[in-house]
Amino acid sequence: MQSFIQHLLNGASLGSIYALVALGYTMVYGILQFINFAHSEVYMMGAFVAYFAARLMGYVDSPGIDALILCLMAAMAGCAVIGLTIERFAYRPLRNAPRVNVLITAIGISLFLQYSGQVVFGADPKVFPNLIQDRALFEFNGVEFRSMDLTIFLVTLFILLSLQYLIFKTKTGSAIRAVSQNPLVARLMGINVERTISLTFAIGSSLAGVGSVLVGLKYPKIEPLMGTMIGLKAFVAAVLGGIGSLPGAVLGGFVMGLSEEMVVAYLSSTYRDALAFGILIIVLIVKPSGLLGVQRVEKV
Amino acid sequence: MNMNNIFSSSRLALMVFALVAVASSCTKKDSNEILVGHYGSMTGGEATFGLSTDEGIKLAVEEVNAAGGIKGKKVKLITMDTEGKAEQAAAVVTRMIKQEKVVAILGEVASSRSLAAAPIAQESKVPMITPSSTNPKVTEVGDFIFRTCFIDPFQGTVMAKFAVENLKVKKIAILRDVKSDYSVGLADFFAQKLKEMGGEIVSDSSYQSGDLDFKAQLTQMKAKSPEAIFIPGYYTEVGLIARQARDLGITAPLLGGDGWDSPKLSEIGQKSIDGAYFSNHYSNESTEPVAVEFLKNFKTKFSKEPDGLSAAGYDAAKVLFKAMESTADWNPMAIREQIAKIKEHNGVTGKITIDDKRNATKSAVVVQVQGATNKFVTTINP
Amino acid sequence: MKNLLWALLAASIVTVVADVSVDAFVQLMFIYVIINAILALSLNLINGITGQFSLGHAGFMAVGAYVSAYLSSVTSVFSPFGQLVFFPLLALMGGLAAAAAGFCVGLPSLRLKGDYLAIVTLGFGEIIRVLLLNTPAVGGARGFYGIPGPVDLDLGFLVISKFYVNCWYSLFWFSICFISLWRLKNSAFGQKFFSVRDDEIAAEAMGVDTTKTKVLAFVISSFFAGVAGSLFAHYANYINPASFGFQRSVDVIIMVVLGGMGSLSGSVVAAVFVTLLPELLRPLQEITGVDLRMVIYASCLVLLMILRPQGLFGSKEWVHVMRSWRLRFYGRKSA
Repeated sequence: MQSFIQHLLNGASLGSIYALVALGYTMVYGILQFINFAHSEVYMMGAFVAYFAARLMGYVDSPGIDALILCLMAAMAGCAVIGLTIERFAYRPLRNAPRVNVLITAIGISLFLQYSGQVVFGADPKVFPNLIQDRALFEFNGVEFRSMDLTIFLVTLFILLSLQYLIFKTKTGSAIRAVSQNPLVARLMGINVERTISLTFAIGSSLAGVGSVLVGLKYPKIEPLMGTMIGLKAFVAAVLGGIGSLPGAVLGGFVMGLSEEMVVAYLSSTYRDALAFGILIIVLIVKPSGLLGVQRVEKV
Repeated sequence: MNMNNIFSSSRLALMVFALVAVASSCTKKDSNEILVGHYGSMTGGEATFGLSTDEGIKLAVEEVNAAGGIKGKKVKLITMDTEGKAEQAAAVVTRMIKQEKVVAILGEVASSRSLAAAPIAQESKVPMITPSSTNPKVTEVGDFIFRTCFIDPFQGTVMAKFAVENLKVKKIAILRDVKSDYSVGLADFFAQKLKEMGGEIVSDSSYQSGDLDFKAQLTQMKAKSPEAIFIPGYYTEVGLIARQARDLGITAPLLGGDGWDSPKLSEIGQKSIDGAYFSNHYSNESTEPVAVEFLKNFKTKFSKEPDGLSAAGYDAAKVLFKAMESTADWNPMAIREQIAKIKEHNGVTGKITIDDKRNATKSAVVVQVQGATNKFVTTINP
Repeated sequence: MKNLLWALLAASIVTVVADVSVDAFVQLMFIYVIINAILALSLNLINGITGQFSLGHAGFMAVGAYVSAYLSSVTSVFSPFGQLVFFPLLALMGGLAAAAAGFCVGLPSLRLKGDYLAIVTLGFGEIIRVLLLNTPAVGGARGFYGIPGPVDLDLGFLVISKFYVNCWYSLFWFSICFISLWRLKNSAFGQKFFSVRDDEIAAEAMGVDTTKTKVLAFVISSFFAGVAGSLFAHYANYINPASFGFQRSVDVIIMVVLGGMGSLSGSVVAAVFVTLLPELLRPLQEITGVDLRMVIYASCLVLLMILRPQGLFGSKEWVHVMRSWRLRFYGRKSA
C-alpha cells in the first residue's frame, strides 16, 4: 500500500513538470493553431541560460532564495527572447503558408537548436547548481515527499491561476483570445495582431524557462538533448487535455505523469515511452478534441 | 524571386554540385603521414562518449608526434562522425578505408556500431581496434578486429563475484539501460554468474538513457528489499538514480561497471553516490606513472579531468602506435600482425595483453566512490 | 555557357559511373540514394499527393526491415541463382508486413487532420521503435546482426559482384515504385488522392470515398517503405532500432519537401541531394574542427521553408520543368 501512495506522489510530481511545459505548447497552439516543435529546445536553452547565469554570478557555491529568483528571471528572459526571435524570423514569414511548411520549419529549428547546443555547450551533461535545499518534507511509513516536489506543484498551480486571470480578466487576455478566434476581425477591431502573437510566444516560452529551472533543480543534470522527450510528452499532455485549453494542459500533464508512473511500476518499465504515445492515440481516436477541449466543426 | 533568378541559381547549383562530385572523387595522399581513422558519435544522443574517446586519442596522437612520430613519420588522425547511427558507422568506415586510405581504424564505443563497421574493416583487411565495445561478438567478426577493453562476460562476473564474496550479499536487484547493449549485456552476464554462485535476482527493471525519473522503478525495487542494486549503465544516468534511490530511503549499496567512470558521476550524484562500488580498469588515485602522466597531460590539454572513455581511447591509440613501431612495413596486414603480438603494454587502463581471441586480457579493479576519488578496493583477475 | 554546363554534367556522370565500378564508398552511396529515393517517393504519396501529414515513416521502414531480416534468418537460400528470387521475395514479405502496419495506422488516424495526424503518426513510429527495442528475439538494443545479403553471382564466364546484384534489386523495386506511382498520379484513379488533398469535404460531396482513399494511400506508401527497409537490411547486414527513429522520418520528410510535395521526380532528385550532402560537407569539418554538418543541415531546412517552400519542382515533374526551361532558352520553339 505504501508503495502505491509513493507511486501516486511520484506520478503527481512528474505530472506537474509535464503540465508546466504543456502550458507553453497550449498557449502557442491556442493562438496560432500550430505545434511549436521548437518549444522543447527553448526549454533546454532556459536550463542552460540559468546554468551560465548561476556560474557567472557565483551562485554555485552560495545557494539561496535570491539565487533561485535571479536564475529564474534569467531563464524566463532568455527563453522569451529566444521564443520571440524564432517567431519573428521563422514563423512570421510563414504566417500564410500551408500548415505543413510551418511544422517542418519548427522541426528544423528544433534540430538546429539541438545540434548548435551540442557544438556550443558541448555534448557532455552539465551539473545544474543546487540553488535551494531539497529537504524531505514528510516521511510517513516509508513514503517520502520532498520539498522540491511540493515547490514544483505549487509553482505550476500558481502559473495556471495567473494565466487564467491574464487570459480571462485582462485586456491583453481579451486580445489574445480575440486573435485566437479570428485574427482578421481582431485586426479590424484595432488589436495589434503581431504584437499580441509575439506576446503570447514570449509568455509561453518563459513558462518553458520556469519549467527547465525547476527540472534542473530536481534532476540536476542538463544536456543539449534534454528537451526532446519531455517536450514530446508535454505535447501529448497538452493534446490529451485539449489543446488550446489551459486547465486541460495541466490536467493532461497529471494524467500523463500518473499513468506513466503506474505503467512503469506495475506493468513494465520498458514500455514507458510507448505508453505516452499509446495514450495519445487512444484519446485522439475516442475524443479527438481532448479531455477538456472543444470540438471544432469544420464548415465548408 | 523571379523565374530568371531561379534558373540561373539552379544552374549555378548544378555546376557547383558537378564540380564537387568530381573533386571529391579525387584522393590526395601525403606520403609523409600515417593516416589513422577514428569513427565515433560526435553528434546525437551519444556524442559525449564519442567526444571523450576522441579527446583521449587526440592526446595520444599529440604525444607521439611530439616525440618525432613513428619512425619519423607523423600520425594524422581523421575523425568522422557516425551521428550515433549504425549505418553511418558502416558508411564512414567505408569512406575512411576507400577514400581517405587509412591504415588502421579506432572505434567505436557502442558495440552496435562496432558490429556494423567491423565486417567492412575485416573485408578490406584494415585493422580495427575498439577501445570500449564490450560485446564479445565484435572481435568474432574476424582476425582484423581487436579490442583493448573488457568483454561483458568478464566484467559481469567481476561484480557478481565482488557482491557475493566481498559484500556478502545474495539478493540483488538490477536496473539496466535497455537502450544500450553494453548495459543489457553486462546485466545478463551478471545475472547469470550471480545465479551460479547461489544468489538471487529479486527485481529486474529497466530505463532508457536520457530518462530523468527513475522513482517508479526504484519504488518497486524498494518493496522487494534488495541487499544491493546493480546498475550497469552509464554515468549520465547513474548519478540521478543514486540520488533518487537515497531520496526514497533505499540504503542498499549500489554496484556498477566501467560505464560509471567519469568525474561527472560524483558531481551529479554527490553524497548519494558515495560508498558505491564499480568495476573499472584503473583507480584514478593510482600512482602508476603512466596514469599520473596521462591525468596531468589531459588536464593541461583539455582543462578538465578525463573520464574512463578518454583513458580507453588513449590506450587503444597507444597500442596501435606501439604496433606500428614494430612493423617493418606500413601496410595494414603487417600492422595487424604486430597488434596481435602486443603483450603487457603498460596502459593507463592497466597492463594490456592481446589474447588469441583478439581481446585484451587485463585485470579489473573494484573501486569505491568517495567524492571525486575512486578509492581502490580490490583487484579481480581474469 | 550552356555547353559548359552540359559538359560538366556529363563529366561528373562519367566520373560517378567510373567510381561506382571501383570505389566501395561511392557504391555504398549509390545504393543508399536508391533506398532513400524509394522512401521519399512512398512518403510523397501520403504527404504530397494525398495531403496527409505522416511523421512516422521510419516505423514502416523498420517493420519491413525486421520482418525481412527475421524471415531470412529462419529460411535459407538454395543457390546463388536462388537469391535472384529469394531477396525480392523477402522484400515483398517485408513490404506486405509494413502495409499491414500502415493499415493499422491509417485506419484510426482518419478522424484526425493536420497537426494531430502528424503527432499520431509520430507516436506510431516511436511505438514501433520501442517495441523492437524490447524484443530480444530480433536483438533488441544489440540489433539484428548477421543478416544475409546478396552475394557474388558466379555465371561461370563472368562473376557479377554483389554490388551489381544489389543494384539489380534496388533498381528493380525503385522502378516498380516509381512507375506505379507515376501511373497512379496520372490516372483517373489517382485524381481521388489529389481531391482529398485539395478539399476533402468537396471530394466527399463528389462521391469520393475519402476514408478508403486515405487508407489506401497509407497502405501503398507503407508497402514501399517496407520494401526500402528490407533492401536496407540486406545491404547493411546489420540493423538496430536506433536507425529507425524520428531522425530518419525527418530525413525522409526533408527529401519530400525539398523535392516538392507531389512531384515524383523531385523526390528522386532530393533524395540524391539529401543523401550526398552530409558526405560532401565532411571536408568542412576538417577545416573548422567542429562538426557543423548537422547544424548546416538544419539551417538549410529552415531557410528552404522560408525562401522556397515549394521545393525544387513544386508539384510539377521534371518534364514540365524542362519544358519551361526550353521555352525560356530557345524561345517559342517546340515545347
